[in-house]
Amino acid sequence: MENDKLVIAGHEFTSRFILGSGKYSLSLIEAAVKYAGAEIITCAVRRANTKEHENILDFIPKGVTLLPNTSGARNADEAVRIARLARELGCGDFVKIEIMRDTKYLLPDNAETVRATEILAKEGFIVMPYMYPDLNTARDLVNAGAATVMPLASPIGSNKGLATKDFIQILIDEIDLPIIVDAGIGRPSQACEAMEMGAAAVMSNTALATAGDLPAMAEAFRKAVEAGRQAYLSGLGRVLVRGAAPSDTLTGFLRD
Amino acid sequence: MVKINGKDREAAGKTLSQILEEEGYQPLRVAVELNLEIVPKAAYGSTAVKDGDTVEIVSFVGGG
Repeated sequence: MENDKLVIAGHEFTSRFILGSGKYSLSLIEAAVKYAGAEIITCAVRRANTKEHENILDFIPKGVTLLPNTSGARNADEAVRIARLARELGCGDFVKIEIMRDTKYLLPDNAETVRATEILAKEGFIVMPYMYPDLNTARDLVNAGAATVMPLASPIGSNKGLATKDFIQILIDEIDLPIIVDAGIGRPSQACEAMEMGAAAVMSNTALATAGDLPAMAEAFRKAVEAGRQAYLSGLGRVLVRGAAPSDTLTGFLRD
Repeated sequence: MVKINGKDREAAGKTLSQILEEEGYQPLRVAVELNLEIVPKAAYGSTAVKDGDTVEIVSFVGGG
């Protein structure tokens, strides 16, 4: 475990829990980062507000990598525009592509996501596309120059957990890039399960933002992600299709 | 008129530096687009806007 690193486009991270910063107070960010043990935090790009003088950058601890998303983009061109603005804000080359055409379920548009990935990867961005877990799209994202693939577990903000579990497993098994499970993870147990499956990392926002005690929940997620990772690296015990197998030998004096 | 973050303003002839200062934006915390083209920070002082221009001023906020 000690030398187990998450590597994204050559950048090494010890933590495998990516933290969102939406829907909670800026003043809680420092505690959330600390208890989550997070080394990557997402943020969004919006029209600047002259009435609010607090800026999120003043609340993010030094050394934490900023991962701006392109939320609000409805197509590849808008995502590219947001990504370029994010880079101009001066916090590095990472970008999480998020393109939603559907406003009811907020499902990502896989085709436009591939198109935006191709454009931004060519411009030197470290592209982390959020996508609906589909193997063909994932392969297209690899070819387009993605640094990771970020399949959704269930609809954004739903806290419903691993609804797409079998399809995420296919991506983990077939795609050589880090698979980071994003969206819908609502409980530490679900984060742990994703990690047991072999996911490279888990990203969560709403599960923490809607929790009773945000920093404590951040810590619970950190432990769950670490436990799941350790379980994966240890090699999970096998499952019997039918029947049972004793944990101790059945031969014994009672039958003699 | 110049459209700044969706609102019409009497700003023709002003530089981006002047606009940011007068409207109360933090220049180090924003990125600026003029007619869909990003303007580098170093050019804020030398870039003047004219009638019909569209300016977008953005910054980071919380998000997932």
